[in-house]
Amino acid sequence: MKLLTGNDLKTGFVTWWTGADWSLHIEDAADVGEAGEAILAVEEAARRVNAPYIIAGEQTADGPRPAHIKDRIRALGPTVRPDLTLKPADPAAGDWVI
Amino acid sequence: MYKYDEYDQQMVDARVAEFADQVKRRLAGEITEDQFKPLRLMNGLYLQLHAYMLRVAVPYGTLDSRQMRMLAHIARKYDRDYGHFTTRQNIQYNWIKLEDAPAILADLASVEMHAIQTSGNCIRNISSDQWAGAAADELTDPRPWAELLRQWSSFHPEFSYLPRKFKIAVIAADEDRAAMRLHDIGIQIVEKDGAHGAAFYVGGGMGRTPMIAPLIKDFVPLDDLLSYTEACLRVYNRYGRRDNIYKARIKILIHELGADEYRRQVEEEFAHVKSLGIDPPKAEFDRIAAQFAMPPLDASASDEIDRTDPDFAVWVDQNVAAHKVPGHAIVNISLKPIGGIPGDASSAQIDLMADLAEKYSHDELRVTHAQNIVLPHVRKADLYAIWQALDGAGLATPNLDLISDIIACPGLDYCSLANARSIPVAQKIAQRFADPARQRDLGELKLKISGCINACGHHHAGHIGILGVDRKGTENYQLLLGGSGAEDVSLGTITGPGFDEDGIVDAIERVTDKYLAERTDGERFVDTYRRVGMAPFKEAIYG
Amino acid sequence: MVEHLQADGEEPCVTLDAFLDQSNATAVRLESDEDARALIPFLDRLKLIEVAFPKFRDGRGYSSARILREAGYTGELRAQGDVLVDQIGYLKRCGFDSFAPEKSLNPADVEAALSRWPEHYQGAADGAVPIWKLRHG
Ligand code: HEM
Ligand code: SF4
Repeated sequence: MKLLTGNDLKTGFVTWWTGADWSLHIEDAADVGEAGEAILAVEEAARRVNAPYIIAGEQTADGPRPAHIKDRIRALGPTVRPDLTLKPADPAAGDWVI
Repeated sequence: MYKYDEYDQQMVDARVAEFADQVKRRLAGEITEDQFKPLRLMNGLYLQLHAYMLRVAVPYGTLDSRQMRMLAHIARKYDRDYGHFTTRQNIQYNWIKLEDAPAILADLASVEMHAIQTSGNCIRNISSDQWAGAAADELTDPRPWAELLRQWSSFHPEFSYLPRKFKIAVIAADEDRAAMRLHDIGIQIVEKDGAHGAAFYVGGGMGRTPMIAPLIKDFVPLDDLLSYTEACLRVYNRYGRRDNIYKARIKILIHELGADEYRRQVEEEFAHVKSLGIDPPKAEFDRIAAQFAMPPLDASASDEIDRTDPDFAVWVDQNVAAHKVPGHAIVNISLKPIGGIPGDASSAQIDLMADLAEKYSHDELRVTHAQNIVLPHVRKADLYAIWQALDGAGLATPNLDLISDIIACPGLDYCSLANARSIPVAQKIAQRFADPARQRDLGELKLKISGCINACGHHHAGHIGILGVDRKGTENYQLLLGGSGAEDVSLGTITGPGFDEDGIVDAIERVTDKYLAERTDGERFVDTYRRVGMAPFKEAIYG
Repeated sequence: MVEHLQADGEEPCVTLDAFLDQSNATAVRLESDEDARALIPFLDRLKLIEVAFPKFRDGRGYSSARILREAGYTGELRAQGDVLVDQIGYLKRCGFDSFAPEKSLNPADVEAALSRWPEHYQGAADGAVPIWKLRHG
């Protein structure tokens, strides 16, 4: 599957395209198929996202997961500061990242 | 310490207003990201892995307690309660919002700080010796010259769109504590026939093509410092490569031209530039230098240190250095607790260090290129109290210049250019060598880790260097031996095939074991390496 | 102040090569990789030198401008190409006195950019008195 990701222009937070909007959570990400470039152009021009790009991912039982380690780290947060990730309370949250 | 006058303040205030306006135009869609990016970069604002990252300059590494507290305040108010001190005497915040950036810059300006030219293809923060003004071995305090260069380079109209970033370091001691020769321009204040002048080393750098700067001029009269620097830059701006960013640093130009031809062109340019009256008069230097005057230290203070507490004694031996003035010392605060993140400090720790500076160090602190903090002017009689306070805050690790005093770049945990994580490797190595006696037995051993070829973690200059690479989508680490960023500057050599995260820690242990087996009396790791060469180490690592 | 933001239909510039080939043109265009010093012998008879900025990131034109001004050129010095409002202040300090940006600039933004800096740290080609000189009277 193909995922569309970028950062929020104002906050810089990592965001994922859900098919209709942007979410902080990779679990909400939608497969953009071949439509990525077109969505990206519209969304960037409308300043709903900054520096967007398309990545390869795969669907798992827990939701979509980026293929590359860099985007897996982006999806959750720094591996060395679990307290600063999106799921600070869940010690197993990062198991899929590395 | 240098204090802004109305002109300096006006400049940073104008910059805050300018950037606030640029951010507003970006948020309103009047400028594109492509146009905005160089503008935000010149204000130290990157877009990184998790958010925007703001890099704040600590010019030549010097700051007072009020400024240090502001760094804590920014971490607390706008970030996630911590900051990361870098090898170029800056601090980075990893979780900044673009919409907050103008307010942060305004807060910084209120304490005479800024993020000007901490990124972008311009002249960056001028770095210096972290012990400047205090070190027993210095010729003079290099910081007044660094401040002159700071002012000259700030908003320089000709040199704000250089082929590539440009880093300058100024030192004034033979012991190089600022990796001077790995800068685009390294300046050492030297003495000749009783007069001070500047030795110019130009064209050093790390990155994918590391180079040691050759000596371009052994003695530039200090009255010509800015003119000569301007000539060096103008030749670079005109002829540095712009077709390939990997070849755009000045080191490549000088490598391609040869040091002699570059020197000839600079001399020709200098002959002309000198007539332009760029160098300020001595009165301006004196005005600046007066502000760096040694604080009133009592030279009759006692040299005695009560060493009854053994943990304290270990820390004194490892982290305290000689001061110019009797009865005083330089305290090095390690930001490298075993298992911690090299260079990171929490807001509370930053505040505590500010308090200690105010109480014990004439209100002064320094940031070091090894990502540590210094209290430069401390009475020996106060060392115990300082140590106790540091110890209570996890800041008394006695490991300065030992194997666990690791320089590590943010790597793939924070950096969008990274190939591999640096921090977990640093943590594992520090844990493996946690025993303080073992570390001290190994002696001075500078270990430096970068998460990619850009070499922000100085891996080329580590006695032991580690470079993170991407091996078919997984993190892999190459090992380098024999580098140095000090006065015995050298570039490390790759040992051979890389390792995974645990493999690299094992490999380092085999290297240090080999060193222990081979060393002769008084030899540091790097000395042994230089004497016996790579072969025995390779044998030990790969069998 | 910016004299004119757009070129206004005067004699077209010739290339540096054409100019050096015995042209008697009074207007010449300098590409970013061309050596401004080649024009120094002819500055008296030049009325316009247009310096190209193919990309705003290409900063060679800043040095070209200063070299020309430092050599005594007093005619029009125009920055043409990818010239953005955020560069105008630096360009002016390097000696440019006219601008032909590819994408037209908002005059209010230009005004704001040019009046942003009350003083300057360093001397350049615009005659501004550097701060160190102000400090010492
Ligand atoms: C996380 C964001 C960072 C980014 C995107 C970044 C980017 C870069 C890049 C692209 C280079 C290579 C420049 C070249 O070779 O032309 C570089 C070099 C360097 N960076 Fe960073 N860096 C970052 C953080 C840091 C940190 C945290 C430090 C200090 C610990 C640092 C210190 C340096 C140094 C010392 C160099 C080598 C300079 C040289 O090649 O001469 N950087 N950086
Ligand atoms: S060395 Fe590479 S990974 Fe490390 S901070 Fe620099 S650019 Fe990022």
